[in-house]
Amino acid sequence: MIGARDLARWSLSGIREGARLSLPLLPGTVVFAAAFGALAAQKGLSLFEATLMSALVFAGASQLVAMEVWTSRWSFGAVLTLALVTATVNMRFMLMGASLRPWFGALSPWQSYPVLLLTVDANWLIAMSPRGSRASHLEVFVGSGLALWAFWVAATVPGYLLGALLSEPKRFGLDFILPAFFAALLIPLWRGPRRAFAWLIAGGTALAIAQLTPGWWFIIGGALAGSVAGGWLDERS
Amino acid sequence: MSAAEAADLGAIGAILAMAATTYLMRISGFWLMGRIPLSPRVRRMLDVLPGSVVVATVLPLVAQAGPAAAVGVVVVIGLMMLRRNEFLAVFGGVAAVALIRAGEL
Repeated sequence: MIGARDLARWSLSGIREGARLSLPLLPGTVVFAAAFGALAAQKGLSLFEATLMSALVFAGASQLVAMEVWTSRWSFGAVLTLALVTATVNMRFMLMGASLRPWFGALSPWQSYPVLLLTVDANWLIAMSPRGSRASHLEVFVGSGLALWAFWVAATVPGYLLGALLSEPKRFGLDFILPAFFAALLIPLWRGPRRAFAWLIAGGTALAIAQLTPGWWFIIGGALAGSVAGGWLDERS
Repeated sequence: MSAAEAADLGAIGAILAMAATTYLMRISGFWLMGRIPLSPRVRRMLDVLPGSVVVATVLPLVAQAGPAAAVGVVVVIGLMMLRRNEFLAVFGGVAAVALIRAGEL
């Protein structure tokens, strides 16, 4: 089923088309980035640090989770913990990257590896979802990724300035933004009971690990359990 | 904001560590798939992985956050199913949590 849009093509009009496809997700991106900015202000990051993190890391869930383990004194151990937590939360990018192989594998490494800098949930979902557009997966991925990045970085600033004014972020449900965003992601991933069964295994395992161990291991443990379960389930069931 | 605050080397180092880790995640799956063959089983495992990560993250966080968050998740999923609009769903869920907490006070 390799069609014209599956080939790795570059054109400015295709990239523009990709940016256009990200439009419905931009309001959510702006709110999410602003929420991160607000939390960062609460946790004592400077405006420069918060914006730098948005620009270089560009992964909302991990940036929000990082605020949970943020400290004002950075020892080697504290940086290592932060890197580990970031790796856990962003491990899904490995899987997304793996799924992009069929489309970007034809590019030279000088092109594919910089392109992968733009990997986030939103542009991956847009590039993967079937639609009537003539733009290639690559063009959609790059165009929507660039648009999402620009809005992500820009919206961090007003969020930070507003967040510095909020005294009780929990009262406004700011701590619920990460679970809410993740829960919303689940719906477009729905493909029927086979995936759902694997997800149940993932959720049950994660709950058990969270009860038994501190830290963020429940994400890795639960996700691996779900993946293994999905691998053993028959395609027809 | 003082100059020392803006250029806290520890914080900058922490941010660079996060960025490097995240980029490693972004490229390693792609790199790996260029080296190992995609058997049907590996394909099925990859297929359920994104959702598994999502569920494994959300469930423990919600269990920890209490009943308000559980209601919030139901609101988010309900709105997503009705409207397919992430912005609306997340906004509705956060608003529901804030409202319930306001009632608890």
